[in-house]
Amino acid sequence: MSQPPYAADLGLQLCHDCGQVCRLSDRDCPRCDAVLHRRKPNSIARTWALLVAALIFYLPANLLPVMFTDLFGHGSENTILSGVIEFWKGGSWDIALLIFIASVIVPCMKFFVLALLLVTAQRRSRWAMRERARLYRFIETIGYWSMLDVLVVALVAALVQFRTLSTIEPRLGILFFGLVVVLTMLASMSFDPRLIWDAERQDAR
Amino acid sequence: MSTDLATRPDAPDDAPLIICEHCDSVYRRPSLARRQSAHCQRCGALLERGRHLSTDQLLALSIAAAVLFLFANAFPVLSISLQGLSNEATLWQTVEALAQGRITLIALVTGLSIIFAPGLQIILLIWVLVHARSGRIAPGFRTCMRALEHLRPWSMLEVCLLGILVAIIKLAGMLDVHPGLGLWAMAMLTVLIILIGGRDIRDLWNELGVPSR
Repeated sequence: MSQPPYAADLGLQLCHDCGQVCRLSDRDCPRCDAVLHRRKPNSIARTWALLVAALIFYLPANLLPVMFTDLFGHGSENTILSGVIEFWKGGSWDIALLIFIASVIVPCMKFFVLALLLVTAQRRSRWAMRERARLYRFIETIGYWSMLDVLVVALVAALVQFRTLSTIEPRLGILFFGLVVVLTMLASMSFDPRLIWDAERQDAR
Repeated sequence: MSTDLATRPDAPDDAPLIICEHCDSVYRRPSLARRQSAHCQRCGALLERGRHLSTDQLLALSIAAAVLFLFANAFPVLSISLQGLSNEATLWQTVEALAQGRITLIALVTGLSIIFAPGLQIILLIWVLVHARSGRIAPGFRTCMRALEHLRPWSMLEVCLLGILVAIIKLAGMLDVHPGLGLWAMAMLTVLIILIGGRDIRDLWNELGVPSR
């Protein structure tokens, strides 16, 4: 089966903001004024930087407490994992699983997949290109669900405010966790999936 | 159901070109019926989807979304009671709960994802669509359309909805939790944003024949 031509080979490039087909010589999109680029600028370096920053923040996000609970004078601090364990022991294994997927599995999968994509793109690997493209689209769709834990903490902290009786307050860990989500989202946005396919083009860089 | 349609270069020769944003492959634009979609032969990404909603329908849903947005923000989403005391939280109070000292930054992100991004999406859609309905290009059309593209990934109402569900279960063990009017409005708003916030709106570029400068 013959494959379609690449835009760059026809002297064309895509405007990411409006989908217009532009000439390679255009600097801005003639239709929507967005700045054009054949590949996202500095894609690999930027994605690595954001990914490493997210990895660093992931440590305090898991080690520091995300929430302080004071119920009838009985205070305790929870990290993300201890919150999951609490749900599990309390019998709500389904919610425990949900939070575990959103807060642990999704971010870890994003770290792993982005690192894999970056390394293979840098080595101009031709291995499993279609599958790698699919992996990229997958982490783009699931990435933002990690915000779940941040929103849960915000909601319960907003609700449980009975001064002396009971209070729930957010703690520093949630800041780091939220930043991990934002940084991984930015990282996957700055990765250019077209780099996967550049491996099979001779003149590409 | 969406029908996969591997677009081959056998689409009409004069059809405009489209480029796959995931792998840079070039195709002729296929003409798609309402429930059809075209996927890239090379990388499998979605290329084009037959338009689901007309301009009129999009506008109607956007206005409905605006009303629901007001309700979702004006009324509490959840309320709790404990030993005769009760408390309630709106979306704004949820964001405020994170605005404490060192962690305030995360309140901004949360505010963006559950209030500002969806709100702005609705306003921009209505502005663009009201003009498009009578075939006009809204003032600031280019800026509005580009803003809509960049807002899309940061609008996270569906995550918030799941968060509310988890919060209900988390708190139900120790106190009484009641869903508020805001929650029902938010649930419906989430569905509407999924319908109107997608890429259907991109068709306006071609339909209105926005000229190149």
